[in-house]
Amino acid sequence: MEQFLEQLVEVLEREDIDPEDEFRDYEEWDSLAFLSIIAMIDDNYDMVIPGEEFAKLNKVIDIYNYINNHHKI
Amino acid sequence: MALLTFDRIGITGVAASVPRQKIVNAESTGFFTPKEVKSTIQKTGIAERRKADKNICASDLCHAAAEALLAEMSIERDEIDVLIFVSQTPDYRMPVTGTILQDRLGLAQTTAAFDINLEGSGYVYGLALAYSFAQQESIRKVLLLDGETPTKVYSFKDKAAGLLFGDGGSATIVEKIDYDNPTYFSLNSDGAGSHIIWIKGGGYRHPSSAETLRVKEHEDGSIRFDEQGVIDVAGFFEFTSREVPADMVRIFEYAGESYEAIDYYLFHQAAKFINDQIAKKMEIPDDKLPYSIHKFGNTSSVSIPLTMVSEIGDQLRRDKNRIFLSGFGAGLSWASAITSIDRCLIPKLVEI
Repeated sequence: MEQFLEQLVEVLEREDIDPEDEFRDYEEWDSLAFLSIIAMIDDNYDMVIPGEEFAKLNKVIDIYNYINNHHKI
Repeated sequence: MALLTFDRIGITGVAASVPRQKIVNAESTGFFTPKEVKSTIQKTGIAERRKADKNICASDLCHAAAEALLAEMSIERDEIDVLIFVSQTPDYRMPVTGTILQDRLGLAQTTAAFDINLEGSGYVYGLALAYSFAQQESIRKVLLLDGETPTKVYSFKDKAAGLLFGDGGSATIVEKIDYDNPTYFSLNSDGAGSHIIWIKGGGYRHPSSAETLRVKEHEDGSIRFDEQGVIDVAGFFEFTSREVPADMVRIFEYAGESYEAIDYYLFHQAAKFINDQIAKKMEIPDDKLPYSIHKFGNTSSVSIPLTMVSEIGDQLRRDKNRIFLSGFGAGLSWASAITSIDRCLIPKLVEI
């Protein structure tokens, strides 16, 4: 989890990220931030989360759990 | 599978053209906030692009590129037996633009001329067809024209597309050559993703009407009507991250070639983050990955020949290079190719 949060901090260029945060509320959130996250997950976990699946995720921890359920972190 | 093989056929000349009128993205604030502009420039790499005015069509850009190329190569007009025009922005809905260009270029009436209306994959599909024709004994030269004016397709007030597109044209000569040039193509399609990039209205499924012309504000703040293009950027990115690397694996395996043997990887210039992502995955070094997107934006299928001329023109003029080409876009449609280009004739970039 710690490592995943660090990766998110890096791609979103945002200082503090909490697993319970609703990431769409971040000031840094936009369609390109979304792409950066998809790309980061592809790089680090070798998986591309389909857009319609990602739309169902709301909190930071949801992304983490999604990756965890589909890939061994 | 649509895997094709050719030999002793090659690209002997390439020209590209762009409109003179420049759009500087950093100055495109107003509808876009400065932060949106900065973030888009950073991630897509698109600093500037070119815009055709209302008097310039894709066919005009191709015509200018073709005239420059025929002059540079000293080609007689009657040596051209096939003209292929690749575009999604034709002059008319009917007839095809290919015949109009046949006449404008003064080519013989015995020339085969037609259009291919593919988007980002169009140049590679067009090349596959050009190589196929060139293989025929009676065909001397194939003229592949590829031009697009996407700035006329998308709304400048579209949050996803408003800053991305640029216009351009190109001309390529494909013919028989007297040295070995094993060439491979892989052509693909997935219509399940037909809505990822599309124009809903104005065709025969949803004919032009007051409704398709009604300007609407959308959830993300974009302002456009249904006869303008729409892109689902996330869906497109998901597609390219998955399918482009998979097709590379397929064609290299089919060709039995190594990635190291390639001198240049020419990807469709859709957005820098897309190509960077593919390059990272496939471990392609930066010096083999030319970009023209910072100067011309996403010019749809024209981006591959435009990158050849503007970024590696000198290398292609001077030496023999093994190149990989990959086009991908609306359809969904994607295609890859491996071929060599040996001391190709390339006139200077044409501006009209």
